Amino acid sequence: MSAITRAEVAHLARLSRLALGEDELDHLAAQLDQIISAVARVQEVAAEDIPPTSHALPLTNVYRADENRPSLTPEQALAAAPAAEQQRFRVPRILDEEA
Amino acid sequence: MSELIGKGAAELGELIASGETSAEEVAAAHLDRIHAVDAEVHAFLHVDREGVLAQARGIDERRAAGEELGPLAGVPVAHKDVFTTKDMPTTAGSKILEGWRPPYDATVTARLRAAGMVILGKTNMDEFAMGSSTENSAFGPSRNPWDLTRIPGGSSGGSSAAVAAYEAPLGTGTDTGGSIRQPAAVTGLVGMKPTYGGASRYGMIAFASSLDTPGPFARNVLDAALMQAAFSGHDPMDSTSIDAPVPPVVEAARRADVNGLRVGVVKEFAGEGYQPGVLNRFNETVELLESLGAKVVEVSCPHFTYAMPAYYLIAPSECSSNLARFDAMRFGLRVGDDGTRSAEEIMALTRAEGFGPEVKRRIMLGTYALSSGYYDAYYGKSQQVRTLIMRDFEAAFEQVDVLISPTTPTTAFPIGERADDPMAMYLADLCTIPANLSGNPAISVPCGLADEDGLPVGVQIMAPVLADDRVYRVGAALEKALEDRWGGPLLAKAPKLEAGE
Repeated sequence: MSAITRAEVAHLARLSRLALGEDELDHLAAQLDQIISAVARVQEVAAEDIPPTSHALPLTNVYRADENRPSLTPEQALAAAPAAEQQRFRVPRILDEEA
Repeated sequence: MSELIGKGAAELGELIASGETSAEEVAAAHLDRIHAVDAEVHAFLHVDREGVLAQARGIDERRAAGEELGPLAGVPVAHKDVFTTKDMPTTAGSKILEGWRPPYDATVTARLRAAGMVILGKTNMDEFAMGSSTENSAFGPSRNPWDLTRIPGGSSGGSSAAVAAYEAPLGTGTDTGGSIRQPAAVTGLVGMKPTYGGASRYGMIAFASSLDTPGPFARNVLDAALMQAAFSGHDPMDSTSIDAPVPPVVEAARRADVNGLRVGVVKEFAGEGYQPGVLNRFNETVELLESLGAKVVEVSCPHFTYAMPAYYLIAPSECSSNLARFDAMRFGLRVGDDGTRSAEEIMALTRAEGFGPEVKRRIMLGTYALSSGYYDAYYGKSQQVRTLIMRDFEAAFEQVDVLISPTTPTTAFPIGERADDPMAMYLADLCTIPANLSGNPAISVPCGLADEDGLPVGVQIMAPVLADDRVYRVGAALEKALEDRWGGPLLAKAPKLEAGE
């Protein structure tokens, strides 16, 4: 039995905002199935009473002083924008046509 | 080839400081070397000759004006294209960032400049640092100077290729699962992954934030220590940066002795899948350490064999979140904005066109591991494995001062051999991943050539968190003893590159 189906891979592509073609989905489905089957080995070892670690350092709530610092000018911030207008990032419509 | 090429960073710094040469002459010699060999090696994605010479002249002027400069002032460095640079494009090896000029410098970049170092250019890498060969770069692979048909390691393979081809005495890298140590091992260099948080990640394009660590490449242990000292230390711009003094790495590299030190050989990192020539050189290195006065014992770290599967869930999970910022809205590529499509459609088109196959695989794998219904079975279990690996390290360091293993199971493999076989590619990181999951410092130093193919082999030395000086001490002692045996550095045995146009 495969670890992941072709339909699940297509769903993951949508969640990941990747507009993939049919060939690319076929190829990825086979590879992801192989990878997931291999990494599932983690389930062999970890028992219920082991606490999870998300980070190597035991740091919590690190803050900087709340001070004004130099920052980018609007021109610098917009310099790499794909499109800009009136000192703003110009973006495509965010709602679907039916909405 | 100028006689300035091939000299180490510490030596070049002294020659410049004493006035025997200038930063400009050193920069020009390295630019000429890049011009002569980089068409074949393809270490660099960007070199701006005039800009480099202007940086170097600026250092010479500061010195002429009587300014006190550090030991690396005027020394050139090959800078991985994952660090933002406000005067050079920054792509992270991806088409989605092609031509991007960041509006700010990474902290590591700023500190290299503050140390007076001359940034020669930006080096090639696997896209967003995902890979072990540079074959995942959108701009074509770099080549191993020992054999141009083979990989220089990855992800920081442009920097390893540049330093091994004498295009630069130093290179920067980032190590998330082995991306400094593995390329150093397969090109015959020293490569160091410092303690996580020892240097700032600010301005370092994120792959897996809980693992990403900047570090140095060099042709000798002291040079690596000098550069680590130059760019490390607390940075308020990175909330995971450690607020503690930088470990005394330069002193340790000069001390270079292992007498009385307890060394543990990781039992789990040998056997099937390891090239015989790699194991032969590693076993000789163990004997050499004993002959130098170290007490060597075998140590078992039973969960290290689960590090790779845990890593290939944790790193993709973090990357699927980090790479969400490439949304075609504020910077980078935007595809298909014809006035009819929605932002969501343009995002999906842009990301499909702008990301390469490995990045897509990892984003989707991470999205899967984090999705409801699978989270506990994959991401949750991996985090528990991470705890078990940290406990293995803690238990081992109660018995020994450092742990050693081969850096990577094989020597440099041929370009193309593993390109479409992700699981085979992932095996290159087998021995390096545990130190990333736990945050420990680890170095790779050259320990000889494999019998089968005459290619470099690296030994990995790991120490407790913030004991970076200890791995330098052992690395430098090994380097000294091995170079006595070889009659010079390992890299002197590499074939000479033909200078072309």
